Amino acid sequence: MGIRRVPGRIGFALLALAGALLTGCSTLPQSPLDVKGPVAEMQTGLLMYTLWIALGIGIFVTVALLFVVFRFRARPGVTSVPKQVHGNHTLEVIWTVIPILILVSVAYPTVNAAFATSTPPADAFTVRAEGNQWWFGFNYPEGFTTANELRIPVGKPVRLEIVSRDVIHSFWVPKLAGKIDMIPNRTNVMWLQADEPGLYMGQCAEFCGDSHAKMRFRVLAMEEKEYTAWVEQRLAMMDGPKNLSEKAVLGREIFEGSKANCWACHTVDGTKAKAVVGPNLTDVGQRHSIAGGIMDNTIENLQAWIANPPAFKPGTTMPIHEGRLTPEEIKAVAEYLHSLK
Amino acid sequence: MATAAVKTLGVLPRPTAQTGFWSWVTTVDHKRIGIMYGITAFLFFLVGGLEAFLIRLQLMKPGLEVVGASTFNALFTMHATTMIFLAIMPLLAAFMNFLLPLMIGARDVAFPRLNAFSYWSYLFGGIFINTGWVMGAGSGSVPNSGWFGYANLTSVKFSAGLGPDFWTLGLLLLGVGTLVSGFNFIVTILNMRAPGMSLMKMPIFVWTTLVTSVLVIFSFPAITVALLMLLFDRTFAANFFNVEMGASVVFWQHLFWTFGHPEVYILILPAMGIVSEILPTFSRKPLFGYSVMVFSTALIGFLGFTVWSHHMFAVGMGPVVNTIFSLTTMMIAVPTGVKIFNWLSTMWNGQVKLTTAMLYAIGFIMCFTIGGLSGFMHASAPSNTQQTDTYFIVAHIHYVLIGGSIFAIFGGIYYWFPKMFGRLLSEKLGKLSFWLVFIGFNTFAFPFHFLGLMGMPRRQYTYDSSMGWDFWNLVSTIGVFILTAGILTIIYNFVQTMRKPADAPADPWDGRTLEWTIPSPAPVYNFAQIPQVGLRDAFWFAKHPEKGQKAADSLSYPERSQQSLIHMPGQSYMPALLALGPTILAYGLLYMRSGKPFAMPAAILGVLLTLLGFWGWAFEGEGGTMIEPEEGR
Repeated sequence: MGIRRVPGRIGFALLALAGALLTGCSTLPQSPLDVKGPVAEMQTGLLMYTLWIALGIGIFVTVALLFVVFRFRARPGVTSVPKQVHGNHTLEVIWTVIPILILVSVAYPTVNAAFATSTPPADAFTVRAEGNQWWFGFNYPEGFTTANELRIPVGKPVRLEIVSRDVIHSFWVPKLAGKIDMIPNRTNVMWLQADEPGLYMGQCAEFCGDSHAKMRFRVLAMEEKEYTAWVEQRLAMMDGPKNLSEKAVLGREIFEGSKANCWACHTVDGTKAKAVVGPNLTDVGQRHSIAGGIMDNTIENLQAWIANPPAFKPGTTMPIHEGRLTPEEIKAVAEYLHSLK
Repeated sequence: MATAAVKTLGVLPRPTAQTGFWSWVTTVDHKRIGIMYGITAFLFFLVGGLEAFLIRLQLMKPGLEVVGASTFNALFTMHATTMIFLAIMPLLAAFMNFLLPLMIGARDVAFPRLNAFSYWSYLFGGIFINTGWVMGAGSGSVPNSGWFGYANLTSVKFSAGLGPDFWTLGLLLLGVGTLVSGFNFIVTILNMRAPGMSLMKMPIFVWTTLVTSVLVIFSFPAITVALLMLLFDRTFAANFFNVEMGASVVFWQHLFWTFGHPEVYILILPAMGIVSEILPTFSRKPLFGYSVMVFSTALIGFLGFTVWSHHMFAVGMGPVVNTIFSLTTMMIAVPTGVKIFNWLSTMWNGQVKLTTAMLYAIGFIMCFTIGGLSGFMHASAPSNTQQTDTYFIVAHIHYVLIGGSIFAIFGGIYYWFPKMFGRLLSEKLGKLSFWLVFIGFNTFAFPFHFLGLMGMPRRQYTYDSSMGWDFWNLVSTIGVFILTAGILTIIYNFVQTMRKPADAPADPWDGRTLEWTIPSPAPVYNFAQIPQVGLRDAFWFAKHPEKGQKAADSLSYPERSQQSLIHMPGQSYMPALLALGPTILAYGLLYMRSGKPFAMPAAILGVLLTLLGFWGWAFEGEGGTMIEPEEGR
């Protein structure tokens, strides 16, 4: 009978969900259930607790409903009217008090987690995260800026000052922390920490225009020693690119030339390019992705992106270069960018 | 002499056509207005469904380009705007309009012309807000900033097209009609109940109408203010949400959600009322815990104003504010949960008859509960930051709005169809449609829970295969096809049934409330004689008196020394005219920013028509006709 299939279907889905939860969602790059840091742990922990309560109550109500419908089905030929019961005081009290008790059990950890997750530890260092249509900028306390890939040391808290330079965006890297909005005229503060090294996926989570779906970022958590070494290396890059190949030198000339005018929107530390319209590209060669986190960082992808940005990100203000630069010129610029590491 | 003077001041004479096109345009009969609401809203429901269909087609696989990004953004904006403002609210209004006077033993609402005006505002507003489609789906002329239109994405700087202007002005037009209806229903309920029908003897659906109407009149001003500010920003370069001038864009969110949260209770309380009428009838028992249900409804309405910032847990208001709103949100779960147990208890020890209407009511209990439970999960602010703006919220929305509101509406259609149209919808087709709708809905919406917990944000025009979201997106789209089959079955059922003769009995379901005491379809004057009501569910106890009870104690028709003719309110052109004026004004305002030459003349014409409408309304005289009821009761 049709109605018997229904609890079976829902039950299967619930089991599948439980299975997915229990086996870990590590194959899912952006799942908040695959917790990798203390902030996410508190938030997702609460989520899991309420999820089990919800599942329990949901199954209880569904089973009760099906029981009632079947047990008290109208029998054919019965003409008498059932007893017209109007209510029961005791029952009303019971099913008011029990939900209140359940809610109190959720309220208590909620208050604790609300304060703990919004109060950065005193030893956290601060990175300023900027939302733009449709990329993320990161300003480090040491004075350098990167984009779309936030590098942090493992096991250390990082305080983030969150701002926006245009519309409302949202900063969300689920495995490390719940989201907070990036709002113009406002500085929000959050903190996060990665307890394991890894590349964590993040995405803008507030509708921000045509390419909202294409505004992604990554957090790269590195062992502390490696992180310190990277900071040193990044600081050393402040006085300009070194050891560029012939092709890359040519690319740099085009980048800083008047045919493409890349320097009019981007910064490469230590060079003529000092503009802040688009992302800082000083270390773009070492990032895992390009174009606001939507493509793997390969020379081919760089070429495709530079040639026709709106094809990948509708509405972007980065101009189409395939008319004004030859394919060789685009390849040279890509080489240049690829060597910036 | 006074009448002659009034006649010369008026604009148009009171029309008297009983049949034909103009009889509908000038009707003030709540039943006809309810039917117009219902048909218009069902058509908009199909429009919203088509928008959803295209969305799900695009998201069926990663990287598809069924529509471009700009069109997709218009689609999800208009899908939500259409479903909320042009489908669900008016479908519920259809029931409230049609049933309210019948359930309280009245002949019409307190202000019949105002009632008609509400409908015309809705129709013109709905057409207005969809006008942009003819200019091109991806052109920026269709609203495409999301159904809650957050500043400053809606500023001219970031949305230069007409989309947000259509949205703002359209919602203002729609809002006036709704607000006016709220007042109309409150006055009707408080003043026009049949003798003996105290407030606690009213059908529960009348209570939900009352509380919903109170929510409307207190919440709509908040969005009206927000929309006017945005309108002024966009049309007259005001600075309410101008970031460069130091504005706080979060202010938009506060205003919007102060409306937006009560709005969701406006969407669900009448639906709960419908379910609360269907369940007792098809259990042959009274609603369990009526007073508690009334109190819960009122409490939900009141608490609905204390929770708005739970839509803003990620805005960064701080742990104190977030905690407060978490607690108020948790509080509202209590009266909601209580209702579920009361519904179950209504069926307990009853004689459950699984008609199509009852199947939808039972489906409502299951699916609304699921939606309510995901809502409970969202209430805790810290965990909310992992859920908000993801498909987990989209899951919640669809379970409460489809599994809740739409199921109740479909159930209500099957239940009250005979009273509205004099025919019974086919039960066989009805049950088939129920299963297709139920299975299709759960197939498309349940995966949203998984997608949200897998990290898929909302409002994504596409996604990458590397994220692991492919499978559930595909399953969801398959569900849409099944749901579509269910909706088509419902439409087929309507069409087939309307071809049959109108010979349904007055009381096909052995009902409990007053609308079942009159013929099907309801006669134009509703009640030949206004009844005297002795207790709640008076009709039921008149048919099935308890031990020691006399039928006449429950329901009687005392001999009254009054004329046997019934006075019916007069028809009028003015409601439609008064709705048309502001619509034309809106088209004028739309083009003022771009300085089009016809903008100002159109605006002026709109204002003049509005003034003409007010004048004509005020001076058209009492109107009305006396008619003889068909049977003597």
